[in-house]
Amino acid sequence: MGVFDPVKGFGVTFSTMFKKVVTEQYPEDFRPTAPRYHGRHQLNRHPDGLEKCVGCELCAWACPADAIFVEGGDNTEEERYSPGERYGKDYQINYLRCIGCGLCVEACPTRSLTMINEYELADDDRQRLIWTKEQLLAPLLPGMEAPPHPMRLGDDEQDYYARGPELARERGVPAGETVETGREEARR
Amino acid sequence: MGLEEKLPNGILLTTVEKLVNWTRKSSLWPATFGLACCAIEMMTTGGPRYDLARFGMEVFRASPRQADLMIVAGRVTNKMAPVLRQIYDQMPEPRWVLAMGVCASSGGMFNNYAVVQGVDHIVPVDMYLPGCPPRPEMLMDAILKLHAKIMDEPLGPTRAALRAASGKRTELIPSSVRYAKKK
Repeated sequence: MGVFDPVKGFGVTFSTMFKKVVTEQYPEDFRPTAPRYHGRHQLNRHPDGLEKCVGCELCAWACPADAIFVEGGDNTEEERYSPGERYGKDYQINYLRCIGCGLCVEACPTRSLTMINEYELADDDRQRLIWTKEQLLAPLLPGMEAPPHPMRLGDDEQDYYARGPELARERGVPAGETVETGREEARR
Repeated sequence: MGLEEKLPNGILLTTVEKLVNWTRKSSLWPATFGLACCAIEMMTTGGPRYDLARFGMEVFRASPRQADLMIVAGRVTNKMAPVLRQIYDQMPEPRWVLAMGVCASSGGMFNNYAVVQGVDHIVPVDMYLPGCPPRPEMLMDAILKLHAKIMDEPLGPTRAALRAASGKRTELIPSSVRYAKKK
């Protein structure tokens, strides 16, 4: 115990005034998250606009919180939403249950379901936090066409899966990017 | 409060309403109600990096009598439910409740006999914040949305009835869009 000990404490306070401020000015100065941050989900599309979801329900089975509801439907030649036989007719994610673990993304066999970095989801209504298929579907990029429409990139779904990246290049998606890159990529 | 209930609608009230709401939203003191892991994020939000003091609410009051906002951070068990209700009852009006995280909002992944499936079974909730746990920015976003809601709150029963009749709903814009710097 020295005589100056009580004053030393003020020295710490005083010296802080010359240090760099660590505070982030969140709403005004928005900083993007880490690229692989688990935000909300997105249902992706093939380069021609057809949906990637085949309605297999594996995401719903993988979900530990039972947040996902899927109902599959049959594609017909007149009304086609995805290449192949089946598509996701109804798709809902309850964000009041979703814990953002990403097990659904791992389970998805067609890489239809991915997560984007958007996280500002708070709402005052429970109903509105159950996101429907329209809200979850990826926006139509240039060169895409809203389904239902016939397969534009091949004769059957095998072409879509086997030659996917190549077809995307042909369709005008720049190299190094995928059709899954959403709005957060544009922001960055 | 009493006086505004006697006044007719339209006279000076819209300006007073705005002023009152502005004072209420600019010093919203939260009650300490951390129940689980969400509380860690809530404490981080109060810390220097995110600094809730910027919104006039850095003091987490340990006494409910001095608090306006209850941030229910974490899962509420059936055993905790009466305690939560009592703390809510001890808070003076006007008061708001923010259900932070999926467990407080709906029970989340704990769909079992021990956990209350959403605190709105016990207290009225003004804002639901999903996430497990929500990052500090998400909490600040929810608080700012709640601010927007408070700013739209009617003063007195006459105006409350008017607003209920009009069926208006506060538009909740994501904070990074709403407060984006003008270019």
